[in-house]
Amino acid sequence: MSEDNTIISIEHISKWFGEKRVLNDISLNIKKGEFVTILGPSGCGKTTTLRIIAGFEVPDEGNIYIGGKLMNKVQPHMRPVNTVFQRYALFPHLNVYDNIAFGLKLQGVPRDEIETRVMRVLKMVSMTDYEWRNVDSLSGGQQQRVAIARAIVNRPSVLLLDEPLSALDHKMRKDMQIELKQMHKTLGITFVYVTHDQEEALTLSDTVVVMNDGVIQQIGSPTDIYNEPVNCFVADFIGESNIFNATMIEDRKVKFMDCEFECVDEGFGENVPVDVVVRPEDIYIMPRTDKGQFDGVVSSCIFKGVHYEMIVNTPNGYELMIQDYNPFEVGMEVSMIIKPTDIQVMRKERICNNIEGEMIDATHIDMLGSEFECLPQEGLEAGDKVRVEVDFDKVDLTDDKRDGTCDGDIRFILYKADHYHLSVRAENREYIYVDTQDVWEDRDIVGINIRPEDMRIFKIEEKQA
Amino acid sequence: MRISNIIGRRSSWSIPYVVFMLIFVALPLILIMVYAFFDEGGNFTFANLTRFFGDSDALSTFAVSIEIAIENTAICLLLGYPVAWILANKKYNRSSVTIIIFILPMWINALMRTLATADLFNMLGIHLGKGTLLFGMVYDYLPFMIYPIYNVLRRMDPSYAEAAMDLGAKPSSVFMNVTLPLSLPGITSGIMMVFMPTVSTFAISEFLTNNKIKLFGTIIQENINSSMWNYGAALSFIMLIIIGISTLLSGNGEEDAQVQGGLI
Repeated sequence: MSEDNTIISIEHISKWFGEKRVLNDISLNIKKGEFVTILGPSGCGKTTTLRIIAGFEVPDEGNIYIGGKLMNKVQPHMRPVNTVFQRYALFPHLNVYDNIAFGLKLQGVPRDEIETRVMRVLKMVSMTDYEWRNVDSLSGGQQQRVAIARAIVNRPSVLLLDEPLSALDHKMRKDMQIELKQMHKTLGITFVYVTHDQEEALTLSDTVVVMNDGVIQQIGSPTDIYNEPVNCFVADFIGESNIFNATMIEDRKVKFMDCEFECVDEGFGENVPVDVVVRPEDIYIMPRTDKGQFDGVVSSCIFKGVHYEMIVNTPNGYELMIQDYNPFEVGMEVSMIIKPTDIQVMRKERICNNIEGEMIDATHIDMLGSEFECLPQEGLEAGDKVRVEVDFDKVDLTDDKRDGTCDGDIRFILYKADHYHLSVRAENREYIYVDTQDVWEDRDIVGINIRPEDMRIFKIEEKQA
Repeated sequence: MRISNIIGRRSSWSIPYVVFMLIFVALPLILIMVYAFFDEGGNFTFANLTRFFGDSDALSTFAVSIEIAIENTAICLLLGYPVAWILANKKYNRSSVTIIIFILPMWINALMRTLATADLFNMLGIHLGKGTLLFGMVYDYLPFMIYPIYNVLRRMDPSYAEAAMDLGAKPSSVFMNVTLPLSLPGITSGIMMVFMPTVSTFAISEFLTNNKIKLFGTIIQENINSSMWNYGAALSFIMLIIIGISTLLSGNGEEDAQVQGGLI
């Protein structure tokens, strides 16, 4: 079930809150002594995952093992884990000492041992002399330290931290990050850390787990996650990136921005559509020369402290973000080079929309939670299950949801150098993906229209019941 | 010109209220003091007050009042806390409307409810006495206990209980070590809202015991009804002091509640 050095093992866990599936078949192994960060935007299921480990939520499907034991139905107070809560949850009726001693008193630890251990953790979080203070009189950072002390004094084998630094200001957060890292080293226990701050995740962790929409997108070391994102979501969420629609012409040769590049990726096949990520610091920019792979004109240049961030437009309509230590003036003609190793090729998650629906009559389909008109279909009867293919650029969005056949809200926007790729959630919570030149905002409520002639309808053969 | 100036000032808008308070709050209080410290001939005296401490009837009634008030408050707390806890717990009660069912009796005049309760006991042939008195009091005052406790429990951040569980507390110790102490402000206001009115009530005891059990409020009412204004005023004065002390105590409780509220 679990190897010797695995401490937490999550196997195919799913969780519903009412109709909403917040976790979708999550599997994750955490090693003893590892610093694991679960990273994702709000509502991605990262906190729910942590609460399942702590025991505050019970998984609807799948199993969780801690230390090799099945923990699905084990109450939180019986688990060898302790949590640092997002808003600390220090008991307001107890002082610092009694807050920290809370767990030890419940275990029946002798009074003098409690005192030694409380004093030791207070020293560890640099809060000596605060033991008799009322927790209300402490600053946010101090409360944070007490919350950490209260958790680690029980010597858990796993420490769970739920966005512990989100309430602190930037400077204090940086300091606490260093201290947490130090503490992890000293204690030698497993840390499971939840955050939406990608920089924090990269700084702190041995392993980063990127989540979105209840699904684990990628598990890897910070450098893996940054340099070799597996899909556009990860590439876009972690750091800045230029993402392109591309075609893998053959092994080690990829075409994007109407230009062929050498790369190091193999095994995708020939003439296969792929996504390509290039980090802004990996594009070499120089004054216009013949030696560049492609040309462009600088359209903006901003000083960012260490480097300059420039937007460069190519003659064929692409827009790239480039970071360089040297500034290039706005309007300057430049040439660019991308090295083969800096091109990250990713398999496309989808090539067009694949929507499942049901025929209402010869010219109407029930899909996405609404009724869409289609061209007259021969050989299809009402009630037949169908699969509808629609190209990304054939989906129209309308500002006013009343103008659309179906409502949707925009959940994710990906800029792909010359167009936006939107993930729009339709009325039935299924996603439809849209390529557009128009600028939309995250969480916009829109109407969705699809012209009948743009639908390709296929019958799904029903399995024998 | 001047009059319009006076009307225009915002502070002058409070004049009607000040006048109202003077006539209906300050003046009666002053009158109570005057009557309490003067005899019928208009001479200053402490006799009215000292008479109380020599009046064994009044003293024993006072003791009975306190005893019944304590019993009523204790029963209300024992019945009200679990109700408040269940209502505030999202697992058992998802609707914030349910609480209204428990508050609903308060929409009917207390006197009418008491009369109806007495009639009910008479109809059932139940002997009126201390038992019926306590029943009527609990029936009347239970909502005043439930509501403040419910409010505190409902506003309590669930992460406190989770933190306690996380630190190894069984459900019973979560309650004893975290939920109960954090709900103390609600308990304090509940006790104050039940205890004080019970000491001073006379209608409930009159109707539900056929005046067999007299409470402190009853004696005041009887004295004033039989035109013994000075002694009645002295007894009222004693009750005012008790109310004052309890208000001070509950005032501290409310301050605590605010601190807690701010935290949550």
